[in-house]
Amino acid sequence: MREMKILLKRNIKLFFKDKAMFLTSLITPVILLVLYSTFLGNVYRESFLSAFPEGVSIADKLADGFVGGQLISSILAVSCVTISFCSNMLMVQDKANGSIKDLTISPVKSPVLSMSYYFATLVSTLIICFTATALCLVYAAIIGSYMAFTDILLILLDVFLLVMFGTALSSIINFFLSTQGQISAVGTIVSSGYGFICGAYMPISQFSDGLQKFISLLPGTYGTSLIRNHAMRGVIAEIESQGFPVEEIKDSIDCNLYFFGNKVSLGADYAVLCGTIAVLIAVYILMNVIKLKKAGKNS
Amino acid sequence: MNNIIEINGLCKSFGKVNAVNDLSFRVKQGELFAFLGENGAGKSTTINIMCGQLKKDGGKIFIDGLDLDKDLSGIKSKLGVVFQNSVLDKSLSVYDNLESRAALYGICGADFRKRLAELAKLLDFEDLLKRTVGKLSGGQKRRIDIARALLHDPKILILDEPTTGLDPQTRKLLWGVIGELRKNENMTVFLTTHYMEEAAEADYIVILDRGRIAAEGTALELKNAYTADFITLYGVTKDAVKALGVKYKQIPGAFRLSVPNTKAAAELIINHPELFNDFEITKGKMDDVFLNVTGKKLTEGEEK
Repeated sequence: MREMKILLKRNIKLFFKDKAMFLTSLITPVILLVLYSTFLGNVYRESFLSAFPEGVSIADKLADGFVGGQLISSILAVSCVTISFCSNMLMVQDKANGSIKDLTISPVKSPVLSMSYYFATLVSTLIICFTATALCLVYAAIIGSYMAFTDILLILLDVFLLVMFGTALSSIINFFLSTQGQISAVGTIVSSGYGFICGAYMPISQFSDGLQKFISLLPGTYGTSLIRNHAMRGVIAEIESQGFPVEEIKDSIDCNLYFFGNKVSLGADYAVLCGTIAVLIAVYILMNVIKLKKAGKNS
Repeated sequence: MNNIIEINGLCKSFGKVNAVNDLSFRVKQGELFAFLGENGAGKSTTINIMCGQLKKDGGKIFIDGLDLDKDLSGIKSKLGVVFQNSVLDKSLSVYDNLESRAALYGICGADFRKRLAELAKLLDFEDLLKRTVGKLSGGQKRRIDIARALLHDPKILILDEPTTGLDPQTRKLLWGVIGELRKNENMTVFLTTHYMEEAAEADYIVILDRGRIAAEGTALELKNAYTADFITLYGVTKDAVKALGVKYKQIPGAFRLSVPNTKAAAELIINHPELFNDFEITKGKMDDVFLNVTGKKLTEGEEK
């Protein structure tokens, strides 16, 4: 346990000492927040207002709360995973600069080493993502928010789980990489593509049936749905209290998620996300153990 | 002395290239063992296999009585390795680096601080503990590399070209420390180097060529077997030297005569006492041994 603690300390220190790695990770949610609020805010607002019959007057505060909830849920859903990939570079850097050799010539057990990378990335990513969450909540509070304290706590839990998911996924993918160039390429692909396939950039409900079914097979989608539900619960409850039907709105922004036509409950969202995290971590440890055995096993 | 390393019939190929081909040798406990060969001769492959970094294709390796096939973890705690290039974390302090590496061997807390204090004194880096490794000079970094390798008090210290690029003063300091460790702790040192004068100090030398042992023995045995003796003769004319009928080379202020061995040198002197008033007899150098064994000259980083 003490070995793990000290390795964790080393990995976290290395992450925060590498200013490029740290700033790249930190800047992602900030850029997303600026881009979303600048370019997508109006699109979300118009889309929301168009859902109501003509002549119906919607309070600005309600519209702002709706748009704000949608924006921050999208940003956080994307950031948790993309930042995990940005933060999880040390494993590859250690391979590229030879430090891994210095670690593996020691009798340290492979799961200890691999989990030290996992937990270090988890801690670094959580620090950045919770900072991003705080920024998003400040933004939501400024433009108008209907989130209750419980919603905020649940969003923090969702962020935590999504970061665990992103870290496990990036650990598995980065396991196969050995150069800085490869990891940059993977980071770029994930940053540009993940937002679409998790339903953050565009609601899944706007995709074709086939694509919707495919996306429902990806576990990240359920994380996005959780954050969205918790960020939007208050404002949707307010819309409902004003006598408007909300099921259609919930469908349109993926608060209602469907798996091959069946509505998925929030409990099921959590089960899918937690189950995926457990499987990914187990696979990651197994990969490291097999690799070490292969290297050390002699004929 | 016991054999602390025993390698029997070691084989390793990369595709069609036989990096190590039926290699067998022994290293005795407390010995300074030099493992020589040009780049690609199989030195690093052998070391990587010994450290569990590479899978071998065949053969057996025993280190301090432990079978590599059965107890790799046990073997790892007996080896300390100084890599050719420093692999410490450049952005962390010396203290943080050594703390994280010591933890890999289960050395933490008070035990770590005690060991660190011993090594800092031995290698004279007490004032460097808070410095960032990336900002240290080459010699300072090398001292920290050696401290890292010694953290867990290994029985065998593997030095992979440890002094390449170092200034003579640091080189002297490092060899002084290594000498002390051998004397006080009976530590075995397994050395690869491009400096033949360092190899000449070894108790036993193995020269590898294309994955096989090309020559082995003590420095004296190798010199006797693979180089000539030299007589440097002063105060004579070129014609007189020519008349001796031996191979010679003119050097500033003298002639360097090449004779097959010390006996031949003695005979030459006895037969021509009038010429040998001012002279010295020397054995060939390890560079000559290496050149004669492999046909190549060993220099820093590459063969010529």
